[in-house]
Amino acid sequence: MRIGIVCPYSWDVPGGVQFHIRDLADHLIALGHHVSVLAPADDGTPLPPYAVSAGRAVPVPYNGSVARLNFGFLSAARVRRWLHDGTFDVIHIHEPASPSLGLLACWAAQGPIVATFHTSNPRSRAMIAAYPILQPALEKISARIAVSEYARRTLVEHLGGDAVVIPNGVDVDFFAKAAPRPEWQGGTIGFVGRIDEPRKGLPVLMKALPRILAERPGTRLLVAGRGDEKEAVEKLPAELRPRVEFLGMISDEDKARFLRSVDVYVAPNTGGESFGIILVEAMSASAPVLASDLDAFAQVLDQGAAGELFANEDADALADAAVRLLGDPARRAELRARGSAHVRRFDWSTVGADILSVYETVTDGAAAVAAADDPAVPGGLLSRFGLARD
Amino acid sequence: MPPDSRATMPHRTAAPPPVTCAPVTSTLIWIVVALAAIGLYLSWTAGRLDRLHARIDAARAALDAQLLRRASVAQELATAGVLDPAASMVLYEAAHAARQAEEDHREVAESDLSQALRAVFGETEQVEAVRAAPGGEDAARELAQAVRRVPMARRFHNDAVRAARALRRHRTVRWFRLAGHAPFPLAFEMDDEPPTALADRPGT
Repeated sequence: MRIGIVCPYSWDVPGGVQFHIRDLADHLIALGHHVSVLAPADDGTPLPPYAVSAGRAVPVPYNGSVARLNFGFLSAARVRRWLHDGTFDVIHIHEPASPSLGLLACWAAQGPIVATFHTSNPRSRAMIAAYPILQPALEKISARIAVSEYARRTLVEHLGGDAVVIPNGVDVDFFAKAAPRPEWQGGTIGFVGRIDEPRKGLPVLMKALPRILAERPGTRLLVAGRGDEKEAVEKLPAELRPRVEFLGMISDEDKARFLRSVDVYVAPNTGGESFGIILVEAMSASAPVLASDLDAFAQVLDQGAAGELFANEDADALADAAVRLLGDPARRAELRARGSAHVRRFDWSTVGADILSVYETVTDGAAAVAAADDPAVPGGLLSRFGLARD
Repeated sequence: MPPDSRATMPHRTAAPPPVTCAPVTSTLIWIVVALAAIGLYLSWTAGRLDRLHARIDAARAALDAQLLRRASVAQELATAGVLDPAASMVLYEAAHAARQAEEDHREVAESDLSQALRAVFGETEQVEAVRAAPGGEDAARELAQAVRRVPMARRFHNDAVRAARALRRHRTVRWFRLAGHAPFPLAFEMDDEPPTALADRPGT
């Protein structure tokens, strides 16, 4: 099957959506499908052979943080050329409602379109304002995928319609087979994420840390992720600061070994999460997980059966739960076992088969993808404004 | 935006009518422009609607294909002799009824088949028994795929139906009869809950 995937965010910036698309493309190629990924990328960026650059992304403040997006005339032209050259059986657009390549591709394409909605933001004013413009583009999508039940609910509330839930995939064995590193073992709490992004919740963990260290003095906190290390420990009493070790950005291999090594993995995220891939990775590496009770996290952790939950933003609750877990090896072993069993449903073998099922379902009764203006108007002026009939 | 580009935008009050042109002519021009704009909008909306109807047709074809596949595999299993006689009869009866159902009874017959599948494949042991039989591995996989894909195809179909209905309720579409003689799209409602032993996946 010829599959075109549209990535809305810059390929050179690491992010959940980009990783998901990379892994999906690898998985589909390994199964013998033809895959082309259209993604924003700087000219100098080394791209994998299946990726096509849609030009440089522009940093724009959007949705609470600075997003690097693609829009405008040139990007639209590149999207159309990619659609025309690709002759895809199906195109898979990620984040079609964000003002980037996904939306452009939605405008420009006709034929079987699959779309994955990753975020679950509360209804924004931009979205309400853009609704009449979005709706005709989103109407073209033949199949919608939401990454969690929570994301699906938001999608249904905001845009109407329905979606199937297919979680994000993880290569479970990659994490399960990683070798632990001795220097990261022995009373360690692990955290992975951007240090200076408050929504990742490191401040909550820092607030809880003095109590954890008071009750279990041998504990160390290992933090993997980029950001200002001095600022992160500012609120901590000076004598406790050596108990926090910053590892900086770590490679995928090191992340797997990190998760295999730690005694408890803590995800104190305070919001903005629609899935929580890191929890799945931690469970794959059979790390006992302690996470805030965000809707998305609760679902990934099977409502607390596969990992412990604490009240969101409650540092005391986090400290209690961490102290209890660190002092209870039997409970940790139980969580390890449950997590490893539960996580199989997120393995690419399952998730990839589901996504392929969606592709096959939408291509069953339809013709191939084309640029909307291919047969109708060679100049494409009408279709540029969405006016061409197909 | 350069300042002169604003002047090219049509604006009812901006410029006084040119001296060479009588006010009647200018009014006529405006009427023609307005009519052309309305015409373009109507044509675009009709195009949208047409696309939605095509999407419903494709989704319905896909749903039919999945339902038929499910009924076929169920019937195959029922006649293969791998199930006990009672389960075979229940499954055969339901699969046969689903395949033969008239359009009006289709939803009921397919729901009955879902129920029968749940009754027969309620336990993991039954699925294991089918897998153990010669050729059973393939049959079990096909059935698992079919019971997984039916709800998917139905969801995509009903999503297309909802989008088309939302547009058809729009004033413009009703007043100008843009939908033509196309029948009002109906959702396909059925019980498509898969048997737990065949679909151990979260949240769908």
